[in-house]
Amino acid sequence: MDPAQVAETLKHGAVPTAWYLALSAVLFVIGVAGFILRRNIITVFMCIELMLNAVNLSFIAFAHEHKQVAGHLFTFFVMVVAAAEAAVGLAIILTVFRNRSTLNIDEIESLKN
Amino acid sequence: MNLLDIIIAIPALGFILALLIPRSNAQLSRLFALGVSLVTFVASLGLVTGFDSKSTGQQFVTNFVWIQNPEIHYHVGIDGLSLWLIMLSTFLTPIAILISWEYIQDRVKEFFAFLLLLEFGLIGVFASWDLFLFYAFWEVVLVPMYFLIGIWGHDRRIYAAVKFFLYTMVGSVLMLAAIIFLYTQAGTFDYVTVLDMLQSGRIALTHLQETLLFLAFFLAFAIKVPLFPLHTWLPDAHVEAPTAGSVMLASVMLKMGTYGLVRFCLPMFPGAAKENAPWIATLAIIGIVYGALVAMVQPNMKKLVAYSSVSHLGFVVLGVFSFNQMGLDGAVYQMLTHGISTGALFVLVGFLYERKHSLAIKDYGGIATVAPWLSIIFLITTFASIGLPTLSNFVGEFLVLQGAAIRSFSWAAFAALGVILSACYMLWMYQRVFFGTVDGVEVADSHGGHGGHDDAHAAHGHDAHAAGDHGHDSHGHGFPDLNLREWACVLPLVAMMVWMGMYSQSFLPVVSAQNAHILDTTRKGPQASNVNITPVPGGNAHAR
Amino acid sequence: MFKLWLIPLLPFLGFLINGILGKKLPKLAINAVAIGSVLASFLWVALVVGPSSDWGAHKLHAHYFTWIASGNFHVGWDFAVDKLTMIMLMIVTGIGSLIHIYATGYMDHEGGYYRFFAYLNLFMFFMLNLVLAANYLILFVGWEGVGLCSYLLIGFYFHKKSATTAGNKAFIVNRVGDFGFALAMFLIVISFGSLDFSKVFAKAPGAPVETLTAIALLMLVGAAGKSAQIPLYVWLPDAMEGPTPVSALIHAATMVTAGVYMCSRSAVIFLHAPIAMETVAMIGLATAVFAATIGITQNDIKKVFAYSTVSQLGYMFLGVGVGAFSAGIWHLMTHAFFKALLFLGAGSVIHACHGEQDMRQMGGLKKYAPWTCIVLACASLAIAGFPGTSGFFSKDAILTAAFEHAPWMFWVGVVTAGMTAFYVWRAFWMTFWGEYRGHGKPHESPMVMLAPLMVLAVLSLAGGFLFNVPEILKDMFPLKEEIPEEHMLMGISVAAGLIGIALSWYMYVVNQELPGKIANALGPIYRLVDDKYRVDEAYDAAIVEPLIEGSSAVLWKAVDAGTIDGAVNGVGSQARGIGQILKLIQSGNIRSYATWILAGSVVIIVLMGLAGGAH
Repeated sequence: MDPAQVAETLKHGAVPTAWYLALSAVLFVIGVAGFILRRNIITVFMCIELMLNAVNLSFIAFAHEHKQVAGHLFTFFVMVVAAAEAAVGLAIILTVFRNRSTLNIDEIESLKN
Repeated sequence: MNLLDIIIAIPALGFILALLIPRSNAQLSRLFALGVSLVTFVASLGLVTGFDSKSTGQQFVTNFVWIQNPEIHYHVGIDGLSLWLIMLSTFLTPIAILISWEYIQDRVKEFFAFLLLLEFGLIGVFASWDLFLFYAFWEVVLVPMYFLIGIWGHDRRIYAAVKFFLYTMVGSVLMLAAIIFLYTQAGTFDYVTVLDMLQSGRIALTHLQETLLFLAFFLAFAIKVPLFPLHTWLPDAHVEAPTAGSVMLASVMLKMGTYGLVRFCLPMFPGAAKENAPWIATLAIIGIVYGALVAMVQPNMKKLVAYSSVSHLGFVVLGVFSFNQMGLDGAVYQMLTHGISTGALFVLVGFLYERKHSLAIKDYGGIATVAPWLSIIFLITTFASIGLPTLSNFVGEFLVLQGAAIRSFSWAAFAALGVILSACYMLWMYQRVFFGTVDGVEVADSHGGHGGHDDAHAAHGHDAHAAGDHGHDSHGHGFPDLNLREWACVLPLVAMMVWMGMYSQSFLPVVSAQNAHILDTTRKGPQASNVNITPVPGGNAHAR
Repeated sequence: MFKLWLIPLLPFLGFLINGILGKKLPKLAINAVAIGSVLASFLWVALVVGPSSDWGAHKLHAHYFTWIASGNFHVGWDFAVDKLTMIMLMIVTGIGSLIHIYATGYMDHEGGYYRFFAYLNLFMFFMLNLVLAANYLILFVGWEGVGLCSYLLIGFYFHKKSATTAGNKAFIVNRVGDFGFALAMFLIVISFGSLDFSKVFAKAPGAPVETLTAIALLMLVGAAGKSAQIPLYVWLPDAMEGPTPVSALIHAATMVTAGVYMCSRSAVIFLHAPIAMETVAMIGLATAVFAATIGITQNDIKKVFAYSTVSQLGYMFLGVGVGAFSAGIWHLMTHAFFKALLFLGAGSVIHACHGEQDMRQMGGLKKYAPWTCIVLACASLAIAGFPGTSGFFSKDAILTAAFEHAPWMFWVGVVTAGMTAFYVWRAFWMTFWGEYRGHGKPHESPMVMLAPLMVLAVLSLAGGFLFNVPEILKDMFPLKEEIPEEHMLMGISVAAGLIGIALSWYMYVVNQELPGKIANALGPIYRLVDDKYRVDEAYDAAIVEPLIEGSSAVLWKAVDAGTIDGAVNGVGSQARGIGQILKLIQSGNIRSYATWILAGSVVIIVLMGLAGGAH
């Protein structure tokens, strides 16, 4: 996409859907990578949030593209769930930290064996 | 809500309430459980008095929808077959509670609660007329028994409990599959409807389907009976279980299997049952002889009694698959008498264990001198178990063997070997445990000299009995005779042995009428053959 | 009307009273209950039931209650009295009373006094049930019940392992017999649809011979168990472990004759099964000879009489087998007299010698125990068949019938009679003649023991004149016609008896070295007989040991624990093994779970892509 084309598109006042999707994908992959590679449980948690929001972004993008309200709806659902999850998840993290004095997920493995 | 519902409800409520009793108050748990079981028993006497012996249909029926979709009914009722089995359960539960009075000191509350749950399940199994409900109760029974063995058992209790659970699970899963298949065909779990549809041919099963369904039900029941070669869970479970667990297991739970055979296998799949009868009867006969032979060489009393159960239950299966009135009557009667006599044997072995903390036969000897009454009661029970006429087991064994003889004389001839062998193993055990001398020193010879010795010891033991009501007594070499609580456990059992042996007419007619009805329905099956006993002059065709 | 139920119930009440309360009762009360109950039922039989003439015509039949009913099969608790029953009742209650009286003296110093009499009374109850029964199942009740009492009484001295082992052996061997009896009952029900004597015997003549033969042979198995015939006789000699009155009452006079009674009772069946009859006769004869040879070598006084009992029971079976049922019953009765006397006399001898049973430790007792000597002489004359004594009549009746059936059986019987006379009188000489060889000073028994002995002595001598059984039973078992050789046969058998007595006198009084020389000369044969042909050892090696070893090693350890449990546990450990592998996935590490999820998602997406591509 040459700069002239970009300028042309922006002149019309709209960012192409593909850009949103690309951003969403990049964010999601960052989230996955962080989820798998990071050891700090809070970081992991934030990565989960990142993935959720990446998905939200793609929902909105498609909703805009297809002029349908369902995407918005789904986004709200995801946000509500994410909020609830954050509340419960943070509580769990707090408790874990209180009991174990660590936030390293490799050390929290009592389900093993 | 009729009497039967109340009888089912009392132990269930008792179970819940028993769990609410504070852990610290063990005595209250005991008394409460005993009270609940006694009330249940007294209430169940009402079933006997209110039972219309002329009818062969269900009585005390309650039937309403329990679960809407799929439609599962709470459908309970009793007939001549289930009446005495329910009585057996309610009769033995108070005894099981009494024998655990002092023996169980750990987690008392849970123990007695589980016994009540067990009673609930057992009554439910025998009263259910809905296939799904039956299955549910069938599984309910497993749970308390699993814990009774697993928590209060002896050293290898976990192994035994898991083995017991898995063994029976295998069978019941197959049964569940069969029940669900029947549901897909009939659209209902209601046993009466299903049975009616099967008999009237509205559910048309192919030959293969019928055989498979029969086998699925049969396997579940055969494991429970247990039929040779599916019996190996039984000795382990018995040896490891606490006394009360052994009593309930041998006396009532095994009967769930034989009850299922009579209640479900025979009426629903008469054709398949008849077709498969020869090998099943063969297994039963092998079980009779095999169980007796293995019992003969057991060094452990409980194992011996467990194998003797395998032998005795073989008679029941043989009687059921003789397909005639006498065989079936004998089988049902044997279920009841075996419940009494083997229950009593386990109770008495439990008494011995409480005194000496050993189940090994070789650790005993000369008990007859220190605990004469215990020995006498044990002797009566032994002879009841051997099948001495005038005591309970004879009636059942005789009818079973006679029924088998009518079906095929060779069956009876082989099965009767078990009667000889039962005398061997029981009397050998009795001799080693009760005769001889306490310290194992053999008295030299000649009579006259040791006679005084005998009475001195006997009197000694008697004193212990008189003073032993408080349970702790140093007389009789630390081997007290029966105390009051123990008398209360064994006397009803002994009374039943004599009653059932001398006057079977109190129990048998109801059973007989029901069996006649069942046989009647099975004859409508495709390969009906009338094998009822008919005096044919010179009719020795059967005999060959 | 005649309250037949009183007859067995009286001893049963005695059993209950003595059994439950006996420990607290004084001896006098125990005696009163024990003797009183049996005596009362004897008097009831003799004075109330006996004088009535109804029992000749099957009118004395009582139904008390239905015991077992199933379908159209009913067994009632029924009693009936006919002449055969009447004779048995008189023997059982009469001899029983005498032995009870004797036992109060004999057991005086023994422990467990009340227990002993409770058992004896219980035995009387079951035995009376047996003879009063009006169907096979009630007979079987008595049949098993007397076995129970026999078990209890043999093992009366339960501290002694030999005693309790003998009790077990008796019960178990009897069970083998009962197995046959039970099968016979099953066949009877199949063939006749009932167990009532009246119905069975009415239908039996019309049944096929094979059926009747099978029934009769199976009954014979039962009878052989109870009446100690080959091959099931092994328990009776061991049963002598019990107190001597028990040996007299149960293992000589009453219980062991139940087999003979049963065969006579079932005469209708046997008479229509010639092969079975022949088998009965052969077994009886074989047992008679076999046991007599063993009796010759035994030194324990009770063992001698035990083998003599086996041998005499063989005689009775011979009588039954050759069709002389009434002669068999006659011998049953006279045998009850003289064998009870022999045993009680032996008890008196043992009592006199302070518990010694080995005849080599006795001798010369005629000086110390003259009354015992006299009564035992009477009994020994009777068993030897001395003319005029009771044994002479009954034995002669059997032998004559045997001669008519097959002369060789007669000759074997005569030889046995000679041997019988020999060993009984051998015991007599060894005990009463010569010098006392034992310890302590022997003494005569008290009057309470001697009085019953004297009554029995009179019966042994005169019983043949007093009760002519074949005459009494001629309605049931028609009398045989007299045969011309009768007197000659009588002479031969008497001569055999006399020769036996004379020989024993010569060997054990005159020339006392002779027995030892003969024994040495015969060597291994003598030892074989002395060891009772080692039948017990053979049974042990052939049946008992393999059964126990096999059950333990093969059935229990190999089949049960090895194969079946092995398979069950094998399935279990297989499942566990699979679990072991699968559990590696379950690491507990969240990041590894996440990786799995990622990998799974990728796989699914790729698959979806492929599926989409296939479109």
